[in-house]
Amino acid sequence: MSVASGTGEELRPVVLRDAAGGSWRNIASMREFGLVLIILALCVVMSFASPYFLSWGNFRAMLMSFSIEGIVVVGMTVLLIVGAIDLSVGSVVCFAMVVAGTAFLSGLDPWTASLAGIAASAFIGVAMASFVTLIGLHSFIVSLAFMVIVRGLCLAITDGRPLSLFSLPPSFKFIGQGTLPLDLRSLGFAQVYDVPVVILIFLAVVVVFDLLLRKATVFRKVFYTGSNEKAAQYSGIRTNRVKFFCIVLCASLSGVAGVLYMARFGAAPPTFGVGMELNIIAAAVIGGASLKGGSGTILGAILGIALLSVVSSSLTLLDVPPVWQDVIRGVILLTAVTIDHLLHTRKRARGAVRAS
Amino acid sequence: MQPLALEVRNVSKHFGPVRALDGVSFCLRKGEVHALMGENGAGKSTLMNIIDGILRPDGGEILVDGRPVEIASPQKAHELGIGLVHQEIALCPDISVAENISMAATNRRRAWLMDYRALRDRAGEILASLAEIDPQALVGELSISEQQIVEIAKALALDCSILILDEPTAALTEREAGKLFEIIAQLKARGISIIYISHRMAEVFAHCDRISVLRDGRYICTEEVAATTQEEIVRRMVGRHLGDIFPPKNPGSATAPVLMSVNGLGDGGRVRDVSFELRRGEVLGIAGLIGAGRTEIALGICGLSRLTAGKVVFEGSEVTPRSYVQSISNGIVYLSEDRKGAGVFVDLPIAMNVSALDIDRVSAAGFVSRAKEQAQAKSLADQLRLKRGSLDDAASTLSGGNQQKVALAKLLSVCPRAIILDEPTRGVDVGAKAEIHRILRDLATGGTGIVAISSELPELIGLCDRVLVVHEGRIAGEVSGDDLNEEAIMRLASGLMIEGQEAR
Repeated sequence: MSVASGTGEELRPVVLRDAAGGSWRNIASMREFGLVLIILALCVVMSFASPYFLSWGNFRAMLMSFSIEGIVVVGMTVLLIVGAIDLSVGSVVCFAMVVAGTAFLSGLDPWTASLAGIAASAFIGVAMASFVTLIGLHSFIVSLAFMVIVRGLCLAITDGRPLSLFSLPPSFKFIGQGTLPLDLRSLGFAQVYDVPVVILIFLAVVVVFDLLLRKATVFRKVFYTGSNEKAAQYSGIRTNRVKFFCIVLCASLSGVAGVLYMARFGAAPPTFGVGMELNIIAAAVIGGASLKGGSGTILGAILGIALLSVVSSSLTLLDVPPVWQDVIRGVILLTAVTIDHLLHTRKRARGAVRAS
Repeated sequence: MQPLALEVRNVSKHFGPVRALDGVSFCLRKGEVHALMGENGAGKSTLMNIIDGILRPDGGEILVDGRPVEIASPQKAHELGIGLVHQEIALCPDISVAENISMAATNRRRAWLMDYRALRDRAGEILASLAEIDPQALVGELSISEQQIVEIAKALALDCSILILDEPTAALTEREAGKLFEIIAQLKARGISIIYISHRMAEVFAHCDRISVLRDGRYICTEEVAATTQEEIVRRMVGRHLGDIFPPKNPGSATAPVLMSVNGLGDGGRVRDVSFELRRGEVLGIAGLIGAGRTEIALGICGLSRLTAGKVVFEGSEVTPRSYVQSISNGIVYLSEDRKGAGVFVDLPIAMNVSALDIDRVSAAGFVSRAKEQAQAKSLADQLRLKRGSLDDAASTLSGGNQQKVALAKLLSVCPRAIILDEPTRGVDVGAKAEIHRILRDLATGGTGIVAISSELPELIGLCDRVLVVHEGRIAGEVSGDDLNEEAIMRLASGLMIEGQEAR
């Protein structure tokens, strides 16, 4: 046993580090790389199938369609890494819109109203986190209950009618509807691109959280807790605090997304975001977050939602009837996670052979 | 002489290069209670798993009622009338007693629908002779001893004529154990042959007919209880020399100043009034049977479980912790016996494992410094001679011994002043074991307090300067110097010293 394992371990670095090929192989073995390949392949196929696909307009539409949702995906990914889940995100996004909208209509300035909306979402997060950590219920069932409760609150606050917010000042609408010119002509690009502010906010959130998740000590504890809660406790990590933090973070980011939607649509419909949670969880899982906790990356999750978005856009451009689009989306989700699972079990089997 | 119910001839079993059983022979007479004794790792469980069809032997033969049989699966064992009651209770807590008892029968049943009334009646019938347990109660609502009886009933439901009980009293109180022995006497009167595995001398001598002893996977002897003594059996169980090479001990530690003292520790459960002192430069061992409360004592000292009484004093100042976080900042850390479950993060990289106890040590302004983290992991990995690929590889790529070194490196990363190690070399191969022993001795010499809990007596004797023996949540005694031998520890651990004195 000792002899066999010894040689196995000594073999390993040799395999990984053959000359300069090592780091390239590391990148190639990353899940994100596979997703990029799939997305690129899809784009190539689509560019032949539809002349509109490769236009800046279509790309901007695709980016727009997932950028606000992407902010929620970031929160969901953190939550999945810690080993929890939140089914209430769709309702909480809507709650932030409705609370901020109501506050604005009652005379508050839109910025303060937005803060109130985000605070309301954070409060929902605190409530859910309390049930999970203090009472010890599973986050699945707690968030399922809050999904229904919060949706009910949205309907109650608005009497079931959408809030019209046309009177929002242009300076506020700018964060949801405005664009900034991106001049890349000096780099050989043909035109000046109008980049929506929403996309810039989304990119900022992604960059910040990607950095935090990889580097910040607070988020390190998220990985420890999700990877093995008991080992984390035996390392002196207060795992309940970590879970509490993650649940509140996800709800707060949902609140931010809600406010952005409000600025973009100039309205707050109380039925907004129904079913959104499934798309978001699917994106995080396609991007490599495990429902068992302990693994996941922001980049992967964003690529996950990008893939879903490219697929949606393709289906529309190809005139696939809307009724069939959901079926295809579901099949793609199933295919992605199946392939990933099979790849991982094979990798683990190889690891086991090496270790024995 | 009665005819034989079961005969095992020359059975061997290897796990890789490890010889778990080496030509073991063993006879069970009809209607006798036959104790099987031996240290942890002597091969008792392996032999029982072979008889129950869970493991296949590499060689030898098994005869039931005088006919050679091949026991390929637990189902086959059931057909032959063999029932094994495992040490750990394996019942479904959320379903009724009756359904648990008839699980095997339900599995074989051809009908589409459950016949709950028949289940209930059958369970009632079997339980009637054993104890007053409601067949409709949920197993999870029963006490541990009642669950143990349900386990036995489950074996009896298979109409077994040979019943194997693997340490059935490990989790029972004395009174509950007494009830169990009444049941065993009843079963014996019904002509059922029983193999009884236990570490507890007193109960074996009070309730068994014969005793067989295994040691290091070999059959040693079979004695009539009436014709032997407890001392004789203990000698047979442990009679061997130490094969391992241990680092030299520190005889000066007996008179060294006290580093840590534990006074009157209690957790409101198993642990009662535990007091001891750890001296500078000393490796202190804690021995005891599984379930005696050794781990609970360690958890209490480190703030991983709530204490109801007692205090911990380190170098003159009280450090009784309210949480493990506090204990870590006091410099007292714990290595779990459950390496995969609570020791290492198997899916995370080695470097991340090492830094887990105090990430702030490798961080600046709230961000982890990769350079610092790698340097920390590298320095500790070198110090512990960790065999590894990259420090970014998951801990799961390492062998058991090297994973244990990662767990140890994690503790050392905070420069602890005292380390309590629970089974520090469990599941670790011989080479890594010797290295871990050397590391612990070096740490002790360097002034770190070392407390090692172990079920392996040779390890305790070879490694420790002094060994405390825990029996039923209390310190039953301590052995050191020339008295530090397996017999002395076993006597204290099995309660023989105390119970023997009471009997006289």
